[in-house]
Formats: sequence, structure tokens, C-alpha cells
Amino acid sequence: MSIVMINIFLVTMMVVIAVMVLRTRRLFAAIVMTGAYSLISAAMFVNLDAVDVAFTEAAVGAGISTVLLLAAMARLPAEEKPVKRNQIGPMIIVAIVGILLVTAVVALPPFGAPDSPVHTHVGPRYIAESYSKLHIPNAVTTVLASYRGFDTLGETIVIFAAGLGVVLLLAGHTKTAPAPHQPAVKTVKAKTKTAPKSQKASKKKAGAKKTGKRGAKKGGAS
Amino acid sequence: MSENPVFRVTTKILFAPIIVYGLYVQFHGDFGPGGGFQAGVIIAAAFILYGLVFGMAALRRLAPPKIVAVFMAIGVLLYSGVGVANLLLGGNFLDYNTIDHHDPAHGQHIGILLVEAGVGITVTSVMMVLFFAFASYGDPKADEERP
Repeated sequence: MSIVMINIFLVTMMVVIAVMVLRTRRLFAAIVMTGAYSLISAAMFVNLDAVDVAFTEAAVGAGISTVLLLAAMARLPAEEKPVKRNQIGPMIIVAIVGILLVTAVVALPPFGAPDSPVHTHVGPRYIAESYSKLHIPNAVTTVLASYRGFDTLGETIVIFAAGLGVVLLLAGHTKTAPAPHQPAVKTVKAKTKTAPKSQKASKKKAGAKKTGKRGAKKGGAS
Repeated sequence: MSENPVFRVTTKILFAPIIVYGLYVQFHGDFGPGGGFQAGVIIAAAFILYGLVFGMAALRRLAPPKIVAVFMAIGVLLYSGVGVANLLLGGNFLDYNTIDHHDPAHGQHIGILLVEAGVGITVTSVMMVLFFAFASYGDPKADEERP
């Protein structure tokens, strides 16, 4: 009973925070509330006995991504622009997706049902063998690193690719700053305080080093 | 960068324990919740905290972005290297049993340890690289040190 009460409290909090994130126009408040949302979902996962997931959610969702979003926000205006466009189209799409999701949830087997496909396929074998054969008490680790090692390799490569993509996209932005891009930057407005200054500074530097060094660096990074 | 002594002293006190906790999560993943992903994020969080309090220049001295970027690849190479080693030892890709033919469970332990270490290295360095990229975006001083 108490667990149900806790769940109701957590879900209510999540809905309230989600609505607040949507309502606010201040990016700082929105980011901090997103972090709080992640922390509450972490508590939710603990309640569902998914401690590993909760751990990740608290560290990544509430910790790192909040910091990264704040760092990105420092380059943006503090307030979101009010939306003026007609929003009926998006509303219809959201409503359709919402209805589909709710029907899908209704069709799912009940929570924790022992005869659901998750608990009748390979799951029991993993749980039974994890300790008796591999002598590792945490079945999550054996599934993640051994039984499903190939998937985890894929995940690691995805993270690596994401890091590489960010490096290639963001690094050297100030260095190259080519002429055709400048009007585009200006239309975004000088609200990004550092942009004009840094571009000027980088232009001086870029002239001499641009071609040779950039080329060499790109080669090294990829 | 913060001149507030509370932040500076707290960060200096917390920096090492956070990393030790990250290593605990990394190597205790067999017995409790945790593993490479979580440990990587926790260790990266220690460095990010350092960067937030002492400034990006100090963090760049502590962990040069070029070296951190190399570690992104080292983690993936360590992971896939274990798989290739299994192939060379006569098994399937990522079949850790081949590491120790007499005691497959021991082979699994070593394989999982190495693979999780690879995940941890990649996650730590990617998180730090992301922080470097976002926090010093548009900062011309950072150009020389970019990965």
C-alpha cells in the first residue's frame, strides 16, 4: 500500500514538473526542473527495484546532462521566444501519439506478470546461470557484459560516436569561422554575447593556421 | 570559476573521494549495482566539478583535452580487443570462456572486468569531452587545446 502511495506521489510530481517545464519561458528554470525530473524518475526506478537504471538516471540525467545543458545555455539568450505560430497541427499529432501509447500500455501484460514474454524467454536461464555457472551475484552485470556483450559493445560505440561527433562539430568552430557563415550568425543576433568577439579574435588566428593545422587535426581525430 | 572559498575547499576535499567511489562502482559491479557506465559518469563528474569551480583553464591543465579524446578510442579498442583476443584463442567473438580454458567462470570474470573497464574509460572520456566542447565553445583561448 505504502509503495502505491509513493508511486502516486512520484508520478504526480513528474507530471507537475513536466507541465512547469513546458510553461516556463526561462531556460535556466527549465533546465534545473529537468534535472529534478530525472532525480524523481531515479526514485521511481528504485521503487521498481531497478537500482542499476536508477543509478544511471541519477548520474546522467540529474547530474551530467544538467551541467551540459547549463553550459550550452550560457551561449543562448536567457528566455525562450514566445511561440506565435498556429499549433493545431502539432496538437493533433501529439494527441494521436498519446492515444496510441495509451492503447499500447493497456495491451501490455500486467506489471510483474510471471507469464509475460520477458520472464519466459531467456530471462530465467540468465538468472539461474548467473550465480551457479559464472559465480557472479549481480545478474544485471552478467547480462550486460557477458550474455549480451555484443549489445553493450554497440552501446559503447554509440557513445564513442556521439563524443566524436560533438568534437568534430563544435571543436574548431571559432577557428574556421568562414565568411559565408557570418550572415547566418548575425541573424541569430548578437544576443550570444561572446560570438562576435571570439570570431574576430579567431579570424586573426585562423588566417595563418587554418588550412594546415585544421586538416592535420581532423585527420588525427578521425 | 568561483572565488568562493566554500566551493573551492569542498571541491578539493571531495575530488579524490568521488573518483575512489567511481572506481568502487566500476569494480564492484559484479556484486552490487553499478558498472562501467555509472562509474564512468561518476568519475567524469569529479572532473566536471573541478572545472566548474577552478575554471576551464585549470581543468585543461589537469586533463588535457587531446589526451582525454584519445581515451575515448582506447576504451572501445579495449572492449573490441577482448573480443578479438577471444577469436584468436579459438572461441567466438566476446566468448570470455576462452580466456581460461580450465575454469570458464574465471575467464568470464576477467572478460567482464576488462570489458567494463573499456566501457568506463570510454564513458568517462566522452563525458569530459562533451563538457570541454560545450563549456569552452566560442572561447578562442581554448582553441589550442582542442581535441
